[in-house]
Amino acid sequence: MKANTESILEVRDLVKHFPLTQGIVVKRQIGAIKAVDGVSFDLHRGETLGIVGESGCGKSTLAKLLMALERPTSGSVRIHGRDIATARGGELKRMRRNIQMVMQDPYTSLNPRMTVGDIVGEPFEIHTDVVPKGGRRRRVQELLEVVGLNPDHINRYPHQFSGGQRQRIGIARGLALQPEIIICDEPVSALDVSIQAQVMNLLERLQNEFNLAYIFIAHDLSVVRHISDRVAVMYLGKIVELGRDAEIYESPTHPYTQALLSAVPVPDPEGRETRQRIILQGDPPSPANPPSGCHFRTRCWKAQDICAEQTPALEARPGSDHPSACHFAEVRDVVNAQ
Amino acid sequence: MTEVLSEQVGRGSHGGALLEVDNLHVEFRTRAGVAKAVNGVTYSVDAGETLAVLGESGSGKSVTAQTIMGILDMPPGKITGGEIRFRGVDLLKLPEDQRRRIRGEGISMVFQDALSALNPVFPVGWQIAEMFRMHRGTSRAEAKKKAIELMDRVRIPAAKDRVNDFPHQFSGGMRQRIMIAMAIALDPEILIADEPTTALDVTVQAQIMGLLAELQRDSNMGLILITHDLGVVADVADKIAVMYGGRIVENAPVHDLYKNPAHPYSKGLLESIPRVDHKGQELYAIKGLPPNLLEMPTGCAFHPRCPYRRDNCVTDVPPLYTISGTRGSACHYWREVIDEGEH
Repeated sequence: MKANTESILEVRDLVKHFPLTQGIVVKRQIGAIKAVDGVSFDLHRGETLGIVGESGCGKSTLAKLLMALERPTSGSVRIHGRDIATARGGELKRMRRNIQMVMQDPYTSLNPRMTVGDIVGEPFEIHTDVVPKGGRRRRVQELLEVVGLNPDHINRYPHQFSGGQRQRIGIARGLALQPEIIICDEPVSALDVSIQAQVMNLLERLQNEFNLAYIFIAHDLSVVRHISDRVAVMYLGKIVELGRDAEIYESPTHPYTQALLSAVPVPDPEGRETRQRIILQGDPPSPANPPSGCHFRTRCWKAQDICAEQTPALEARPGSDHPSACHFAEVRDVVNAQ
Repeated sequence: MTEVLSEQVGRGSHGGALLEVDNLHVEFRTRAGVAKAVNGVTYSVDAGETLAVLGESGSGKSVTAQTIMGILDMPPGKITGGEIRFRGVDLLKLPEDQRRRIRGEGISMVFQDALSALNPVFPVGWQIAEMFRMHRGTSRAEAKKKAIELMDRVRIPAAKDRVNDFPHQFSGGMRQRIMIAMAIALDPEILIADEPTTALDVTVQAQIMGLLAELQRDSNMGLILITHDLGVVADVADKIAVMYGGRIVENAPVHDLYKNPAHPYSKGLLESIPRVDHKGQELYAIKGLPPNLLEMPTGCAFHPRCPYRRDNCVTDVPPLYTISGTRGSACHYWREVIDEGEH
């Protein structure tokens, strides 16, 4: 899909530190979890930005910051030039209408005591001026139809639906206020393989129909490649590489991206004996105490002294056009290398 | 293996494979009705071989594994037919004390969610050592020493210092290593791994799958890998059994299945997954939903979702047709499916 260049979301130097405290009566701050540590990117109208990374890299905190569910420690999130991070009251409410979310787990993100009609219609209770009261039920039925559910099931409860259908309910709720941006936080990871494809096709169809922009957060790199126009790779609170999907998947330059990609099992047994694998040792370090300089250096096979001293900037490196935060960035195709 | 077992379970004398599941039927009696979870599953694993059991939730893959292990909750579960032969002896007919011996020593299992499978109030070393204390009567000190050796073997760094740590002090990947250490403690001949990497990140998944492959090479274990991930299967399996609605719908050597699937369900699955190595167009989606086990469709369980459906699919349950010596497909029209896949 060709996205036009008007950016509707601008994230600049976004930082979120969660304080670590000690003491019960007198609390002292002894450190901070650096969940998001200086993230910048733009999102254009109608495009999908995929965000990948291991658990604990700050993907979900980033999503919460974009939704203004958390206040950033510093930095800004601008939607159409206005900062949602500092907005308050009525202004924040109006801005939130434009950015909605689809949650990961359709089993826990829907209230079991509410009917589907109430769940999908709840945004209208909060934003009362979007649809007049008399038309809400009909609008909810239209939304159910848009996401491929039977509009007659409006009075059913979530437990009467399968996982894939529940995720459709979550998507209908996200669409209710006609936002321009939808943040999908692991929208298919809880679903069966044959159902994942249905939900991903639905998301793509809706994007074309309503010109939506998606932030698509997932740990499954194949899913992200399928749906994304651009991809950001995160490691310990920072974006380490950002580029169009072909740039990231076919000519990655950051060692972490290369390791991540080479770890993805390819569903084809041909040539599996000769496939090259970069297997990272150990687990990511704690975000409370990230390594100095480049955060990835403790697991990196290219690390040198400079990596501990200087934090590499996210910028275009020699030999490639897309930004990468590595002092020794070089193109290496790990996915198609046989 | 202990002497008692060797008497009953003679080594290599029975002629068949090491572990054979033969026409197994399991159902669950619930208030809502009888759920037929496993409806005639047949598969076998030999020493050193990796069988991948592929299927979605509710396909019966885990219930089959639990039945092999003898850890199925009965009731509500009930084994209504079939045999599970380990070294030629039907496990389902053995008394509980002998089954208990086989569990851990002959066949052992790695569970999906290590955090809930480990006991949170005991140190991990104690839990690994329990295998030796219970099965072998090893002394506490000796068992602990063996636990440290095992933790080293599954590459837990600083095993000596961490042997007294509790499960919550380990990361997800490390917990799964501890589960594997427990499972291989008594050198089992068959290891069942039920979605061993589903909850883990890809980099950690690669570590764990590498570890399993290495352990298997070292000890020539038979490995049953239960998963829904077609990528993991392509990486490690020798042969595959695809399950749907409690039945095996296709079994095949790994290369054959990926090159040319012979059942519409396996074909649909292969076409519906996004690939990391190229960007495709719209994904093929298998329409509809997996079957409700309480009200199985008549005939072929896949017929409501099948693009190849004809009238007799609704009425006749397809047997597992033999395609070649090592391949089978439970589709009346497998010839059409396989011809179409010919490139």
